[in-house]
Amino acid sequence: MTDTTLNEGKGRTLWGDVWDQYKTHKGALIGTGVFLFILFAVFLGPYIYDVDPQYLNIREKNQGPSLSHLLGTDQLGRDMLAQVLHGGRVSLAVGVIAMFISLLVGTLVGLLAGYFKKLDGPLMRLTDLFLALPLLPLLLVIIMLFRDTLRGMFGPETGIFILIVFIIGATSWMHTARIVRGDVLAQKEREFVLAAKSIGTPDRRVILRHILPNVLSPIMVSATLGVANAIITESALSFLGLGFPSDFPTWGRLLFDGANYMSLTPARVVWPGLAISLTVLSVNFIGDGLRDALDPRIRGR
Amino acid sequence: MSPVGGMQKTEGRDMLDDSAPLVKVENLKMHFPIYRGILSRRAGEVKAVDGISFEIMEGETLGLVGESGCGKSTVGRALLRLYDITEGSIEVNGHDVSTIEGEELRKLRPEMQMIFQDPQASLNPRMTVGSIIAEPLDEHTELSKSGKRAKVGELMDAVGLARHFADRYPHEFSGGQRQRIGIARALALNPKFIVCDEPIAALDVSIQAQVVNLLEDLQAQMGLTYLFISHDLSMIRHLATRVAVMYLGRIVELAPRDALYDAPLHPYTEALLSAVPHPDPSQEATRERIILKGDVPSPSNPPKGCNFCTRCPKVMDICRSEEPKWRNFGDGHFAACHLLD
Repeated sequence: MTDTTLNEGKGRTLWGDVWDQYKTHKGALIGTGVFLFILFAVFLGPYIYDVDPQYLNIREKNQGPSLSHLLGTDQLGRDMLAQVLHGGRVSLAVGVIAMFISLLVGTLVGLLAGYFKKLDGPLMRLTDLFLALPLLPLLLVIIMLFRDTLRGMFGPETGIFILIVFIIGATSWMHTARIVRGDVLAQKEREFVLAAKSIGTPDRRVILRHILPNVLSPIMVSATLGVANAIITESALSFLGLGFPSDFPTWGRLLFDGANYMSLTPARVVWPGLAISLTVLSVNFIGDGLRDALDPRIRGR
Repeated sequence: MSPVGGMQKTEGRDMLDDSAPLVKVENLKMHFPIYRGILSRRAGEVKAVDGISFEIMEGETLGLVGESGCGKSTVGRALLRLYDITEGSIEVNGHDVSTIEGEELRKLRPEMQMIFQDPQASLNPRMTVGSIIAEPLDEHTELSKSGKRAKVGELMDAVGLARHFADRYPHEFSGGQRQRIGIARALALNPKFIVCDEPIAALDVSIQAQVVNLLEDLQAQMGLTYLFISHDLSMIRHLATRVAVMYLGRIVELAPRDALYDAPLHPYTEALLSAVPHPDPSQEATRERIILKGDVPSPSNPPKGCNFCTRCPKVMDICRSEEPKWRNFGDGHFAACHLLD
């Protein structure tokens, strides 16, 4: 037998390898940079640019960008930059957390349905049921039912935050579940799963050790798309008056408010829109890079 | 690596002749249901394995040969209870494994292991070689991390892989090396019985010899018992102590290697053996091939009487109506054919 490569260092760790591969993906690096920049701007920015986003100044309404208002003002004279920065906190938090919830539910349902034949029928019919539900009426009903209880329990903003995150998560897991189930069905017929069974690996460890890592790629893809989806659904809810209170800025809310004044101050649509697009795009690139980096077959090529 | 001589094996067999069989299979049936229609009604079944019986003595290699789709691999997998068998009994090392479930079966797994056909597909592409070989240890032993690492190192030495390969992934290896990884994994728990499911079919010829020699060496060192499934008749001749020939879910002939190759009793075995080329050109020129006509019948609808009656060159009327009996013709030579009555 030939030793093709003997020049390998000892300290080869999994995450070291993953990082080495991740570094070679230019898009992912730029995406990480942009995403980090957005995170810093949104979470630390308001401390540097300490203008109150709620401060009304009717005399300076509908202004374009100027030195005193870097991104201009809205129809009530509120500073746009401050609103975009503050709104980003909620939008990002909603996007990421809702994505995690939907990913968790979707992956769990997909894995169980794909692996256990008995659960396949019931779980996939449940998924179909959720897919067939008209989303907006459902959201209306849920929000009507639970808004006040949650507000009472956690305060008006946290309460509505929990509600929105949960609702978006609970109504967007179906596609992930379907994709994961399909992939699990293919993976579980592969010989290494049979090999694991012949060793005596119990089902739960077969799933966690052999199947889950091999269906990671589609999960990654649907995760990155999920962030975008969640941010946009939150905007739609806010637009319908079901989301956060109207004086509480989020990117989606700013976008929809600004849409009415588009001909007067187009900048009001451009900035939150740009923020959403950049976030979604950078998350997509990060997901793409991660997916490549986590696959040992692509790694080191 | 030195190949183990035939002498040594013959001696081994004589010595073990009177001992109890390690694996005992009786009337094993494995039928897979076919579902059809909107209501998924059971419309029939594929009789992949249809009532076979054999024994494997400790330390021997039983070769199992037959065409593609005759049920060889199903037999191997059923023996390890990777399937829930339809009927019959399987005894491995004194334990009846045919009906046990769950934890009880899991406890017996270390005694019987499997080497798979496709070394690419049987290794998880996302695990390192070290963790693949350590998986059986994770499942069945309480070794410490360093203990596992040491054991993995020993196993890699035993199959001829360099220890520093442990941190690599399967796709970085050649086919032969991957098969060695699979062998190391199968050996990790010191099994007594290993099912080799066409372990050399996916390898190119130059590598086949390496892997076969490795399997022979390991057998000599560790006293392993193999069920060697293959369609390569010359390889079976090299490896096996006894050979079973399968056709359409049944064993048609079972005999010690030399008896089977020198004096086959069943017409199907004759036809199979006639397809093996002879290395001597003068004999090769006179070799008479028996060419079987037609296709193998569907295992979901096997012919009445003898399974082989649709293609048998020596078919008689009785073959189409009555099933031939499985009989002993002396010296451990079994066959099922009406011609021999």
